[in-house]
Amino acid sequence: MNIPDYSQSPPIDQVGVEERVARLNSRSIKKESKIKALEMALSMVDLTTLEGMDTAGKVIQLCQKAKRPHPYQPDLPTVAAVCVYPRLVSVAEKALRGTSIHVASVATAFPSGMAPLEVKLEETRQAIEDGADEVDMVISRGEFLEGNYNYVFDEIAAVKEIVGKAHLKVILETGELQTYGNIRKASDLAMHAGADFIKTSTGKVKPAATQPVTLVMLEAIRDYYYRTGHMVGMKPAGGIRKAKQAIQYLVLVNETLGGNWLHPDYFRFGASSLTNDLLLQIVKQKTGVYQSLDYFSND
Amino acid sequence: MSEKEPTGTEAATPNKAGNSVPGLDFNGPWKYDAAPQSSDQIDLREQYDLFIEGHFQKPEKGRYLPSVNPATEETLSSVAEATQQDVDKAVAAARKAYNKTWSEMKAADRGKYIFRLARLIQERAREFAIIETMDGGKPIREARDVDIPLAAAQFFYYAGWADKLDYAFPGRKARPLGVAGQIIPWNFPLLMLAWKVAPALATGNTVVLKPAETTSLTALKFAELCQDAGLPEGVVNIVTGTGQTGSLIVNHNDIDKIAFTGSTEVGKIIMESLAGTDKKYTLELGGKGPNMIFDDAPVDQAVEGIINAIFFNQGHVCCAGSRLLVQEGIADRVLQKLRDRMETLIVGDPLDKNTDIGAINSEQQYNKISEYLELGVEEGAEMYQSSCTLPEKGYFCRPTLFSNVSQSNRIVREEIFGPVLTIQTFRTPEEGIEKANNTPYGLAGGVWTDKGSKIFKVGSKIRSGVVWANTYNHFDPTSPFGGYKESGQGREGGLHGLYPYVELVPG
Repeated sequence: MNIPDYSQSPPIDQVGVEERVARLNSRSIKKESKIKALEMALSMVDLTTLEGMDTAGKVIQLCQKAKRPHPYQPDLPTVAAVCVYPRLVSVAEKALRGTSIHVASVATAFPSGMAPLEVKLEETRQAIEDGADEVDMVISRGEFLEGNYNYVFDEIAAVKEIVGKAHLKVILETGELQTYGNIRKASDLAMHAGADFIKTSTGKVKPAATQPVTLVMLEAIRDYYYRTGHMVGMKPAGGIRKAKQAIQYLVLVNETLGGNWLHPDYFRFGASSLTNDLLLQIVKQKTGVYQSLDYFSND
Repeated sequence: MSEKEPTGTEAATPNKAGNSVPGLDFNGPWKYDAAPQSSDQIDLREQYDLFIEGHFQKPEKGRYLPSVNPATEETLSSVAEATQQDVDKAVAAARKAYNKTWSEMKAADRGKYIFRLARLIQERAREFAIIETMDGGKPIREARDVDIPLAAAQFFYYAGWADKLDYAFPGRKARPLGVAGQIIPWNFPLLMLAWKVAPALATGNTVVLKPAETTSLTALKFAELCQDAGLPEGVVNIVTGTGQTGSLIVNHNDIDKIAFTGSTEVGKIIMESLAGTDKKYTLELGGKGPNMIFDDAPVDQAVEGIINAIFFNQGHVCCAGSRLLVQEGIADRVLQKLRDRMETLIVGDPLDKNTDIGAINSEQQYNKISEYLELGVEEGAEMYQSSCTLPEKGYFCRPTLFSNVSQSNRIVREEIFGPVLTIQTFRTPEEGIEKANNTPYGLAGGVWTDKGSKIFKVGSKIRSGVVWANTYNHFDPTSPFGGYKESGQGREGGLHGLYPYVELVPG
């Protein structure tokens, strides 16, 4: 397949994107469809800890939470993955062994991406060796903004080569790309370079994920699918804390890409505090009352 | 991780590389449950009389017409049919109110009443939205988010003009005309009432208004608001009935101005009747709006704009973008996206908050649309309809698009007033403009391109009252609205909307 000319990515109309999101947000999700949405969202969470103060102890506790999100609701789905720094991949891998929960590692000098290519590749290699089956890389935003699209493309392709069969999520850091036009262009570029997922943000830059940004990326995924028949996944990350927001994101996916994407293989939430709000709402839907927050584990 | 294969159920469509890609699947496992807006609190009388001189009065001949909910085919209420004597009474009441109170009142006080009406509409917005939906079949989302807020905004806007007319027409004095006869359509019942009543009252005229026969209920609820607002008796009179009642208003000798919104066919009859009289008139008639998509357009947003242009209010919109003109290079892409987008439209119970397309307004209109669908197929056009399931009762129509059509097709030339879109292509801007203008209508149109200069160049060459750029069906009380050619005479809305209700004399 020919690599497209990235200066030819379609223009994006800001007003139109935001109006579309506003309209989708007016969907009223009730009853069974709400329970289904909440459980679906739970199964799509990449439970994440990405702090300088992360330790093996913290990661092990997070993995326990991933396996059993709610102490008294054993029938709930588990989250999709636990996402950690490369240093802690082996800890997470051990803690999650025997489960279907994926081990995701950020890589390529997360979050800034400001390291030489060799260092980034070595870091990725290490994460894979330690047992990560998903890699969340960052693109070089500086190079992108300078117009060095080939550099960004080659870098992604090089990382994908190392990642191999494991899944590569490419973080665009949309808060730094700023315009919808840039975001669309970076999405097109990442998908053609081999991304299995495109992801909005590191969570370290504000704004992180927003719904309009996600919609622009979903539309890029749709065009890529029309063109190639290949399904690329989507991961909004950062700033999604409430179940209501999560449902709004699912509506976006449902009405842009359809039901095939409503699966953890094709849609993820990068979030940590979202999990407990999803649990709170699930219990509310099932029992009719809100439990005290003290019933939900804080790991 | 499993390599999940797409399980699209739609026919495979070939992509650029020549591979066959399954369509997107919008009938997946996650369906939204019904989220109906409750109508328990809605208080409708079994029978509504005529609102004349501040009171509800029985019609002289005692005849009533049923008002049917088009989504359930159940009768909601019945409304009086006004005959000659009733119209005479209403006009006399309006004349009296004009002479004795309304034209004599301080302009600032007139403004106060209109502001009061605006606030009352806002206060009872939810009630109005639900009734509008039940009576006319439009989705509650649109009644709630568009019709009612815009109706209130129209009153607020013209209330502000009431005591500032000297500034609207510097150096001249604006004198009211007298009694305005106003006839409104069934597609936006309360909003069209607001478009008509607000500027008339602000300029000091009194009103005899006839709502459409299938959608009179919000006008009658508005009559209750006039009572609640303490509006002087006779300033607003509402006479319900059929086209017969309308023609009594048009031909009444003591009316000074006619404002009509409706079909071009009826508009022509009205113009004939008014020829040779000294009545002023504004006519807001039909349309067959061209919506032009250039190859440099933001395609996904344009597709959304196409949807809003034709499927808003079931396509019962005089300014609907019912003729899609796409530049050839992107036509296949647009068509594919459009079909997928149409699959996601939720058609059904208008009171469901998730419904995108509600019921066709009446059996009569449903039959008319059905005839056009048959005609399109007979004319050799290719018909595509979304695969949604329709409710068993009520008048519902699948969103429809016709491709393989040309300027000579009747479905391209005639106003269908339903959720039916025709698609044509053009090669150059010149050709696109020619096709856009090759119609007896000229109410509204759309231009989609990322290039600002093209917007101005093309926009100024489309002969229609409104041209939207990179959007469609956006309304604002400050903006004038009206038609070229057979789409009408005069403007409503904004400063322009004051002219048809005043006589300007040297100040």
